[in-house]
Amino acid sequence: MAEFKLNTPLTDEDIAQLKAGDVVFLSGHIYSARDAAHKKLIDLLDAGKELPFDLKGAAVYYVGPSPAPPGRPIGSAGPTTSYRMDSYAPRLHSLGLKATIGKGKRNDETRKAMEDHTAVYFGATGGAGALLSNSIVDSKVIAFDDLGPEAVREMTVKDFPLLVINDCHGGELYAVPDRKAAGIE
Amino acid sequence: MRTIKTPEIIDAVAAMCIKANTELPDDVRAKFEEAMAKETSESAKEVLRQLLENADLAMETKLPLCQDCGLAVFFVEVGDDVRIEGNLREAINEGTRKGYADGFLRKSACDPFTRVNTGDGTPAIIHLDFTPGDKLKIFYMAKGGGSENMSRATMLAPAQGWEGIKEYVVNRVAEAGPNPCPPTIIGIGIGGTFEHAAKIAKKSLIRRLDDTHPDPEIAAKEQELEEAINKLGIGPMGLGGSTTVLSVKMSVEPCHLASLPLAVNVQCHSQRHEEVEL
Repeated sequence: MAEFKLNTPLTDEDIAQLKAGDVVFLSGHIYSARDAAHKKLIDLLDAGKELPFDLKGAAVYYVGPSPAPPGRPIGSAGPTTSYRMDSYAPRLHSLGLKATIGKGKRNDETRKAMEDHTAVYFGATGGAGALLSNSIVDSKVIAFDDLGPEAVREMTVKDFPLLVINDCHGGELYAVPDRKAAGIE
Repeated sequence: MRTIKTPEIIDAVAAMCIKANTELPDDVRAKFEEAMAKETSESAKEVLRQLLENADLAMETKLPLCQDCGLAVFFVEVGDDVRIEGNLREAINEGTRKGYADGFLRKSACDPFTRVNTGDGTPAIIHLDFTPGDKLKIFYMAKGGGSENMSRATMLAPAQGWEGIKEYVVNRVAEAGPNPCPPTIIGIGIGGTFEHAAKIAKKSLIRRLDDTHPDPEIAAKEQELEEAINKLGIGPMGLGGSTTVLSVKMSVEPCHLASLPLAVNVQCHSQRHEEVEL
């Protein structure tokens, strides 16, 4: 398993070299969006309008941070469960989205979209939101402020620690549950 | 008859919300350390190391352990000889509002259809019970959405018995895989009615992780499930390893002759709980 330092925007070459299990320290701008924001992004696309950020080479972080206390750019900011964004992700990948960051399994359509469009799914450690916030040096709301914790934020990250869960070659890192060993098969 | 005034309840609830969300309880930390010593998988050890570092950092900075500060769930035991001056439910909601605002905790309650955030972390989920004595006991847990989404309830046929229960629970954890932030704690409710099974499953989660069920037969069943689930090999964050659950807690109550109600409430590793006695 290799270790990479990457910067946004991400290129096809950046993504193609990654394999499930690789560690990536990501720097640059990433965009937060979760359930409600995704719905609004898709509504904008359907209406033929411009998105609040450029999807080309972008990385989207599935996160709804806690409020920033005084003196910090952001509150706790760990990943939310990704499958809820599976109904939106393939379309965004087809428009240039290169990476998503979350936790938990993706569905077949999203995995296939990553293969078709040279994209990757990164895992960040769930429940380590305080620790992960240390790698976010700046954060500003750029769209859908009314969504509160679900607003779209542009976050500036420095060496944000990630693990490649799904690569663009069909590789996946998650353990397959051993039902036989557990006595249910 | 003892009188408790609502300002005392509001302050106690607010303090519990903040403490639970920023200080990892000692029983959970001890389980992380135990798992760290047992795990042989490097990725499992790395996840556990990050969780311990996260807990240290949250304690130091007062940032929430997890950005999902949950829906605020309370189990409240009102002593028979206690009189509340004011409205208990409103006091708990007010304490929740105060705690979530003052502690910079994320407010995660919304309308199910419009998805508009209620803005203040309420309404809290409040379960009331009555006990002998003149105390008011309040248990709080911050229940995150990711693990709650992996929970299920079912009505088994009585013929399915323990084997059916075991298969359902282990399967549930297998299907949830990495989604609920393993290593999880599994709260199981067996018996009662449809809604009661779910309620006692949740109530099982307020037990300390290091306790043992007072009924040795149930304690043995909890142990049996814990061992079976850990053989799944899902491991911390689903990356593989021998720690898929930290603990299994079970509540068992009588049910209808025709039924075998079963609820499985999944709790993430960030088991944020507090209790106070007034």
